[in-house]
Amino acid sequence: MTELLSILDQDGKAQKGKDPNLPGPELQKLYRLMVRTRALDDRGLALQRQGRIGFYLQSTGQEASHLGAAYALADSDWLFPAYRQPGILLLREVPLQMIVAEWFGNSGDTSKGRQMPVHYSFRQANFVSISSPIGTQLSQAAGAGMAARIRGDDTVFMTFCGDGGTSSNDFHCGLNFAAVYKAPVVFVCENNGWAISVPSCKQTASESMAIKAAAYGMPGVRVDGNDVLAVYRVCKEAVDRARRGEGPTLVETVTYRIASHSSSDDAARYRDAKEFEAWKKKDPIARFRQYLEHKKLWNDALEQECVESAKAAVNEAVAAAEALPNVEPGTLFDDVYMNLTPQLREQRQELHDLMAKGGVGADVGHFPL
Amino acid sequence: MTATHTKAGEAKAGTKVMTVLEAITDAMRTEMRNDDRVVVFGEDVGKKGGVFGATMGLFDEFGEKRCFDTPLSECGIIGTAIGMAVYGMRPIAEIQFLDFIYPAFDQIVSEAAKMRYRSGGEYTCPLVIRSPYGGGIRGGHYHSQSSEAYFCHTPGLKVVIPSTPADAKGLLIASIRDEDPVMFLEPKRIYRHGKGEVPLGEHVVPLGKARIAREGTDVTVLCYGAMVPVCEQAADEAQKAGRSVEIVDLRTLVPLDEQAVLSSVKKTGRCVVVYEAPKTCGYGAELSAIIAEKCIEHLEGPVVRVAGFDTPFPYTLEALYMPDVKRVAAGIEKTFVW
Repeated sequence: MTELLSILDQDGKAQKGKDPNLPGPELQKLYRLMVRTRALDDRGLALQRQGRIGFYLQSTGQEASHLGAAYALADSDWLFPAYRQPGILLLREVPLQMIVAEWFGNSGDTSKGRQMPVHYSFRQANFVSISSPIGTQLSQAAGAGMAARIRGDDTVFMTFCGDGGTSSNDFHCGLNFAAVYKAPVVFVCENNGWAISVPSCKQTASESMAIKAAAYGMPGVRVDGNDVLAVYRVCKEAVDRARRGEGPTLVETVTYRIASHSSSDDAARYRDAKEFEAWKKKDPIARFRQYLEHKKLWNDALEQECVESAKAAVNEAVAAAEALPNVEPGTLFDDVYMNLTPQLREQRQELHDLMAKGGVGADVGHFPL
Repeated sequence: MTATHTKAGEAKAGTKVMTVLEAITDAMRTEMRNDDRVVVFGEDVGKKGGVFGATMGLFDEFGEKRCFDTPLSECGIIGTAIGMAVYGMRPIAEIQFLDFIYPAFDQIVSEAAKMRYRSGGEYTCPLVIRSPYGGGIRGGHYHSQSSEAYFCHTPGLKVVIPSTPADAKGLLIASIRDEDPVMFLEPKRIYRHGKGEVPLGEHVVPLGKARIAREGTDVTVLCYGAMVPVCEQAADEAQKAGRSVEIVDLRTLVPLDEQAVLSSVKKTGRCVVVYEAPKTCGYGAELSAIIAEKCIEHLEGPVVRVAGFDTPFPYTLEALYMPDVKRVAAGIEKTFVW
């Protein structure tokens, strides 16, 4: 089995010589981001259960995996994300209200209500629009990396998939193209054990996901995905390597999907409770908190302030985002192309006329319920 | 050859006589000189210059960074092209034969076509996918299909098909400059048939404007790609029987120049739709529906479709499958006698 790299033990103690020794304020910032990501996630699911948003995908338990990875990037680097990396938006200072507005799909949503919740697009954060088909972003990241090399930019591209994503066509061609052209890409496979109800052992007969890198001629690294420092260190090496022009790396973060696949799924139907309980004890946030406490960088008072301010900020964002008006019906036809085609203009007029007569579109205001 | 084509050596000043294929190469060369964001890649497009020679000379002029070979993976070619476009390049991705495009279908219809819409306009995908399509080259069913309808059915894509050398250049340049993803389908059957005058340097034919290939008064023939010269010959036949045929070369299937279609059909009162794809749910079905919806009162007879049959594309019976001059002429006559 490919070695599993870790830095923190289950009690948050760093192994000798492996601690990246990030400055105290940076460590505190990283912790606060993890806490805030969890608070956002809790609230997202709650809003769905209350019927206030249509759908939600949680990332609980994967905060270290995606935040540790993206923390290794420069702000000018790009992300081609999957759908369980919301913490990166917080890391890149996307306002909470804009994130939450995407769930409501209303006029505050940068995507204009075009996609289901959690399929974010934030150009201000170099965070490319998320799609639902699995793995498609992997070859796109490879292409963007190829483009940067052609142009002589030093941008690095980080892209994510899950264990299920390693079975996709684009995993193969994305890694293959990136390696052939030495594209500056870091492929992060967050192996959270499950692709909806299918366990990762049914995705592949390989001993790990990381080992697949060898076939493409790139390094593959397997890291404890609940150890934020280990993920950061491994990804920092991969990012540096990419920036030096030495090509892509595959990083497998071994983590666990604590929640169900989505708000439409119930993992209790197919998942062993013992496995779930065992992973719950490996919570990445609790582990990192212990590390900070060992370093005298954290205490109960800071914890209380951090958790409460996270909840308050999320509450405030939800209240503000929910109050925004719906998207205008006419926007249905925008952005199919840069300009409306004659056909779209005609269809828009047809809908407008029917709505003006009354009846058609009367319940648009009640979305999503 | 047809009236729109000129013999070699008769080019006007500022033009050069070229084949469709040469015009396509010239378009790419022109835009690659104009705009360093333009790159072209695909299988065998580098040193070899493409299996049909469409990229001949580009590797030598622009080097491996801007004209390069890829691994044999359509999914990877289009996936990476999308990433390049999103990052700000103007990629031209060559798919060697349209028949091989299906591994990339997800990237085209779920990603390229939807990038602008799903991101609320934050991210765009100005990408050209060039691919030889259509029959008539004894290519059997994996080197002959006309699957344009799949792409026309996907909002977010433009679909462009030239039929003359000048249009091949002008439409390709317009496609490269377009801010949205364009499927640029090249009728390989007429790649090297007949030459025509092509303006040198800058030459743009706007997308969404049809061309009246021949004016007439009695019947309209709607066609595109390799069917245009077939229809022109069929019109010559019909002329002998006293039928004055107007030929509308659509040039762009999406967005369609509906005005050109409707005004011609309103004028003539009769319409034949010619396409080499399988008949059922082909692009001609959409044309027929538009005519039925918007100008049925002007029709003197039924709209007639002359198309490929609803079979896989055959090998040895290709000549029977493809609409030819006789079938198109029969279709024209059917609009008068029914």
